Amino acid sequence: MRRALILLLLLLAPLSALALSSPADMLPDPAQEERARALGREIRCMVCQNQSIEDSEVGLARDLRLLVRERIAAGASDAEVKSFLHARYGDFVLLRPPFAWNTLILWATPVLALLGGFGLIWLSRRKAVQPTPPAPLTAEEQRRLAELERVGGGTQA
Amino acid sequence: MIAELGHFALALALVLALAQTILPLLGAELRNGRMMATAAPLALGQCLALASAFLCLMYAYAINDTTVANVVQNSHSAKPMLYKITGTWGNHEGSLILWVMILGICGAAVSTFGRDLPTALRARVLGVLGLISVGFLAFTIRTSNPFQRIWPPAPDGQGLNPILQDIGLAMHPPLLYLGYVGYAVTFAFAIAALIEGRVDAAWGRWVRPWSLAAWSFLTLGIALGSWWAYYELGWGGYWFWDPVENASLLPWLIGTALLHSAIVVEKREALKTWTILLAIIAFGMSLLGTFLVRSGVLNSVHSFANDPERGLFILGLLMFYLAGAFLLFAFRARAMIPTGIFAPVSREGAIVLNNLLVCCITAVVFVGTLWPLFADALFGTKVSVGPPFFNSASFPLVVPLLLAMAAGPLMPWKRAQFMPVVMKLWWVAVIGFAAFFVALLASGQKVLPAVGFAFAAWVIGAAFADIADRTALFRTNLGNAWNRAKGLPRAAWGAAIAHAGIGITAAGIAGMGLAQERLASLAPGQSTTLAGYEWRLEEVRDEVGPNWTARRATITLLRDGAVVRVMRPARRFFPLARQNTTEVAIHTNLIADLYAVIGEEDAASGRAVIRLHYNFLAPWIWLGAGIMALGGGLSLADRRVRVSAPNRATARATTGPRPA
Amino acid sequence: MTPLSRRLLLAAPFAAAALGGAGFYTALQRQRTGAYNPRGVPSALIGQAPPAFDLPPVPESGVEPFAAADLRGLGQPALVNFWASWCVPCVIEHPQLMALSRQGVPVFGIAYKDKPADSLTFLRRHGNPFRRLAQDVPGRVAIDWGVYGVPESYLLDAQGIIRWRYAGPITPEVLEQDLRILLARHAA
Repeated sequence: MRRALILLLLLLAPLSALALSSPADMLPDPAQEERARALGREIRCMVCQNQSIEDSEVGLARDLRLLVRERIAAGASDAEVKSFLHARYGDFVLLRPPFAWNTLILWATPVLALLGGFGLIWLSRRKAVQPTPPAPLTAEEQRRLAELERVGGGTQA
Repeated sequence: MIAELGHFALALALVLALAQTILPLLGAELRNGRMMATAAPLALGQCLALASAFLCLMYAYAINDTTVANVVQNSHSAKPMLYKITGTWGNHEGSLILWVMILGICGAAVSTFGRDLPTALRARVLGVLGLISVGFLAFTIRTSNPFQRIWPPAPDGQGLNPILQDIGLAMHPPLLYLGYVGYAVTFAFAIAALIEGRVDAAWGRWVRPWSLAAWSFLTLGIALGSWWAYYELGWGGYWFWDPVENASLLPWLIGTALLHSAIVVEKREALKTWTILLAIIAFGMSLLGTFLVRSGVLNSVHSFANDPERGLFILGLLMFYLAGAFLLFAFRARAMIPTGIFAPVSREGAIVLNNLLVCCITAVVFVGTLWPLFADALFGTKVSVGPPFFNSASFPLVVPLLLAMAAGPLMPWKRAQFMPVVMKLWWVAVIGFAAFFVALLASGQKVLPAVGFAFAAWVIGAAFADIADRTALFRTNLGNAWNRAKGLPRAAWGAAIAHAGIGITAAGIAGMGLAQERLASLAPGQSTTLAGYEWRLEEVRDEVGPNWTARRATITLLRDGAVVRVMRPARRFFPLARQNTTEVAIHTNLIADLYAVIGEEDAASGRAVIRLHYNFLAPWIWLGAGIMALGGGLSLADRRVRVSAPNRATARATTGPRPA
Repeated sequence: MTPLSRRLLLAAPFAAAALGGAGFYTALQRQRTGAYNPRGVPSALIGQAPPAFDLPPVPESGVEPFAAADLRGLGQPALVNFWASWCVPCVIEHPQLMALSRQGVPVFGIAYKDKPADSLTFLRRHGNPFRRLAQDVPGRVAIDWGVYGVPESYLLDAQGIIRWRYAGPITPEVLEQDLRILLARHAA
């Protein structure tokens, strides 16, 4: 899983140290820093493919982290920062798919699944109340029945 | 020579598997006892052949046989012996052999422990297991032969992926596979039942332990993977909703539903069709995971080579088993007539609710994982579906699930009433609310973690209330309750403990919501504070290992001036692989993990970047998973499982009545 | 529930599995032909003019730097290439850029997060395919373009609208099979 992800990173950028971001990158205002962090967790690190920019130490992720912080320090709202990045990197950069006509099924999954499940339960309970009559015997079974009635019993072979 | 032997053992296993498919299945159809009797020895033989093949491959790894392509690609002479051996299954080919070998072991187990099973049922189960083996062995031999030789031999192996050299990660696949393959057994039982057109309590008594065992192993495997990510990647994260992680979560979720519905089949002979369906889907999800991990259709990066050719083969297998089973289901499931009728409010009803919610969560994970593929094909758009989606879409389903799982075990079968349950649980609800307000106040108004704590308290408290109710703890004296507790079926204990495990994991997750973090750039001798501790960087120095060099920091952890612990996080460099890894230092006191990572150093100022985490209740996440698996194991040890249905009467008769 | 609807219900899992299987099969086929690439991400800038920027030159390169305005109305398609001397695939790509430049395709280079001295050494060793060359040391202009790795190339049509983006080295195959056709298509 993640191991390989890191592998890929290392393939792309051999010898780059697993750097941590520098404390100097953080915003002085803890509330703003907290906002930046929450926002950064919703932005995909494009190179690493399955990490947010907050979790990645690729150079680009760090650049984007700084960019997010700069914008927030400049007074941009979360939505503005997101749309700024969206305009450059497209839908792919958003880890939370935006509500849109083509993500409708995705976001409706919990509701659809619940409705479907309740429907299924309702259907099967209706059936349980009215037990179905046993299927009519086939010709083969009829013959076997006649035989059974003739012999009247048997022993195990 | 050894490699050829392994190759031969694989081919032999394929032939045996083929025989194990045809003879017993045909024998069961023809009611030919001798043909059916071949199933057990064939299964044992197949198991032995697969074990030999696996050992041959392991040997090639152990001696670093550079004439074997698989070893050259994935191993290296400089690896420590332990990781040479665990490297056997650290690659696509080797992991397939492990997978099939575990399947062989399960087949042997069914044939050995299944003597009480009706002969035809056992023959059919083993036949289906043989059929699964045939497919995967054919796949292995055709596309992924690990015994391929190369000539001239390579000077040494190429594979020295340092991140894979870790014992947690080495044990992760075997545990996962034990889970996946366990569902192959319940699948085989489902298919056998469909062929026979009969599902009864005896069938349920067989399926339940297998699904329990598979579930317990899968729980451990997933927890181990998550723990590995936590301590190895150095980000303090434990679950990333990565497609590969989701691929293991899907069978776990369906397996959880199966576990519960199998109880209803066993006890009440209801939900038969549904349980069969779940057993098929659980294995289908295991196969789907295999497909997703090895075909590369999803945007998840992993170490197995992405080969569309192989993907096509696995898809073929997936469709053969899954669609084949569903086809059989479509024609034969009508024969399953439920006899147990129950009211909506009852233990059965609660289990149906559990199944509904768990399946809805499965649907969310399933759709979310596959959505990027779907969106690309349908709308031509590239989208990401990441943790924010999974968290927000599954949360509203997890809440009612946690609410309901507390009440379920306290309800009687067939028909229940709300009031008695409320009477048994009101004090648990009070504790839950108390936990919420205490957490809210203590955390500085963080609502989500507080909700998490409330539910954790609710679930753990309800598990306790369940045991208290069964032992009449509050209605009689302690000695009496103790005697009752001893007489309680282990399955009841197992269920309560597993439920409590969920609560403990929930508490851990909630606690992680309160984790604190500090990033500091320190020169030796300087210190910073986090979570009431003083963390003092003493020094950073070089260290040399067998195949790596490292920069290791020494951090002294102080509380009120007294040394608590010395932590030594490091950054390792593997020159051959040209890779860096982080060695996190973790000090745990079971209430919280103190977690330190060393980052870059600035040569000019002598400062090093240190990231420190205070992960409140983090160990509980995996502790809870361990307790869940323990509960599963305890349930497995129940008398009802050990003494199976047909022998029950005779067992009683021979040993005489026992004080139950 | 009527027997028929029950029968349909029991057949539903099979139908779902068959549908899913067909879907996965299509995905695998598309992956094989290259129509579907799980890692490929389209640029958000296709069909748009490049973002506004003005970058400094690589000192001592003797090549003029450029700004967004310089990419407008060239009258012929052009390639904007983000590269760096530390990037290994860039070495693989370089001969193709040289070939393009020899054929008269204007290639605009942006040295991404590179030391000027290293950029110069690279160009001296491998040749200079760039009509204009600028440097983006902070990497901010690259973010405005939506660059997520080097090398990355953008094809602009004669009016200066971005028509195509390729992330990764332009190999001889990419040059022959994709880029040539696109250049011809946007020649006017």
